Amino acid sequence: MSHYSHKTTRFERNLATREAPWVKWTLLTLSLSFFVLFLILPLVSVFFEALRKGWEVYLLSITEETALAAIKLTVLIAIISVPLNLVFGVAAAWLIAKHDFRGKQLLTTFIDLPFSVSPVIVGLMYMLVFGANGWFGSWLVEHDLKVIFAVPGIVLATIFVTFPFVARELIPLMQAQGRDEEEAAVVLGANGWQTLWYVTLPNVKWGLLYGVILSNARAMGEFGAVSVVSGKIRGQTNTMPLHVEILYNEYNFAAAFAVASLLALLALVTLVIKTRVEHRASSHFNASHMVPADINTLSPRVVP
Amino acid sequence: MLFNTRSFKHLALSSFLTLAAVGALSSATVQAQDKTLLNVSYDPTRELYQEFNPEFARFWQEKTGEEIEINQSHGGSGSQARSVIDGLEADIVTLGLAYDIDAIAELSGKLSADWQTKLPDNSSPYTSTIVFLVRKGNPKGIQDWDDLVQPGVGVITPNPKTSGGARWNYLAAWGYALQQPGGTPESAQAFVSTLYKNVVVLDSGARGSTTTFVQRGVGDVFISWENEAFLAVNELGPENFEIIVPSVSILAEPPVAVVTGIAERRGTLDVATAYAEYLYSETGQRIAAKNYYRPRHPELAAPEDIARFPQVNTFSIDLFGGWQKAQADHFSDGGIFDQIYGL
Repeated sequence: MSHYSHKTTRFERNLATREAPWVKWTLLTLSLSFFVLFLILPLVSVFFEALRKGWEVYLLSITEETALAAIKLTVLIAIISVPLNLVFGVAAAWLIAKHDFRGKQLLTTFIDLPFSVSPVIVGLMYMLVFGANGWFGSWLVEHDLKVIFAVPGIVLATIFVTFPFVARELIPLMQAQGRDEEEAAVVLGANGWQTLWYVTLPNVKWGLLYGVILSNARAMGEFGAVSVVSGKIRGQTNTMPLHVEILYNEYNFAAAFAVASLLALLALVTLVIKTRVEHRASSHFNASHMVPADINTLSPRVVP
Repeated sequence: MLFNTRSFKHLALSSFLTLAAVGALSSATVQAQDKTLLNVSYDPTRELYQEFNPEFARFWQEKTGEEIEINQSHGGSGSQARSVIDGLEADIVTLGLAYDIDAIAELSGKLSADWQTKLPDNSSPYTSTIVFLVRKGNPKGIQDWDDLVQPGVGVITPNPKTSGGARWNYLAAWGYALQQPGGTPESAQAFVSTLYKNVVVLDSGARGSTTTFVQRGVGDVFISWENEAFLAVNELGPENFEIIVPSVSILAEPPVAVVTGIAERRGTLDVATAYAEYLYSETGQRIAAKNYYRPRHPELAAPEDIARFPQVNTFSIDLFGGWQKAQADHFSDGGIFDQIYGL
């Protein structure tokens, strides 16, 4: 099989290089310069601006009290929202991929909702529900509960925007794997939990990890929805992305870029882990599932 | 097929440990003091209150022995007012124009409609005015409002429909035209209309306009609050910009109010009131002047800070019959601004 695929790619490469050399070079220069101009350069400039006034200013900007508070809040938000979405995502993906029920299509559509709604609208939605003039506003005030302009509101908004990441990552993977192993487990006497724990989850663990990483990156980087419900109280409800904007608006460019560089670093780390996980996942998948997956795609009962 | 791949376990464990460590770190800091105060303000007052808050906290502790933590929130004046209406628990609001606090009073009922009479000087402990920021050497020779309507002069000002600060700009131009010999509302409208034809970028907020003019280098003149202009010049290079003071301008009064409805419920009415009053004290006035706001009592501030403010003739919002009327006449939907800048 590998021999065959190797040959295919070589054939394709030959086809591609049949173009005149100038076409090849033009395309290469074009895509490379685009890549450098729009991806590498801005990223480098963030670090460049951050360090423009030297390491001392850089360290001071990220260890200053309000910056530290913003970093801690951002991490806290991620610690709360990511596990919740992990549990939800696994449950939803398991339901959708391994079971048939009424309204399944509807649930699948709803999971995608956060991707299609603008984050600012998400913030305003929560404002309408929990704000002082919202549906539960007066009740919340009476009971001295704070949702909007406090940590709970930021968590809610973050959960909403990161909702689909884990589920979206798992559903296609679980569907591709089919239900054969689960059915075998049930036949052998496993109950629902055992099936989930010993069969389903181990099969999707790399996909799961990937979903969690994406979800985490988005949770830490979310701006729009959080900015509406935050109230922007320094040291209290200011997350890192909001802190960057405020510093920038205060002409405090070095500090703004210093905090931004932390977010950029987070993105880079995410990228590295993602590449590693993808690599693991594909080798894992190839080793244990290539054959059953192939059979699945041939059989008439694929995936509903 | 259990979770027994070593690398996975390793990765999962290390990420969990990292998260746990950071979590422990952050939970340790969620320790609030017994009494807190929230001042919801607009964008350019950050430096001012950053300096004022610890001074007041010290004053309050000396006076009552009570420790107080003061929190700050900054944003566009209008959007900050909106947040307070939607439930942001501000004990004090310090916004860009009285109309925004009127809106809080009207829509949330958390402070009385006559809030502006509760403190001296229209509840504005400091004022500012509208000036021009030009590029070094003043290449277009801009001296007064008339020079802004000359052909070929690129003007930068934010949109008065969305920016509180920009309304002061607009009204300053209008007031100038109105006070010229033979000035009428019609001639003022014609003047302002020509002025806005020269506007090259109409940003939605004041800070956006500053960035457009200063960072992106667009336009020849930026109509700006005096304190913003000073800040921009000092922060971003005195070698690149100059401040030009027009012959006449508007007295911009950014007001201060205790949100009594919220402060009463939170039990902070006494300290919030003291906070607002302290802005009128020697300390408050000195800090305001240091941060380029004109103090109401210049004799209380440092003479060298006062010396930075050029003499300027001003008229107040009363020329327009107060903020409610100015808002209704000029900035409401279908108002005069819509007519001159409309489609």
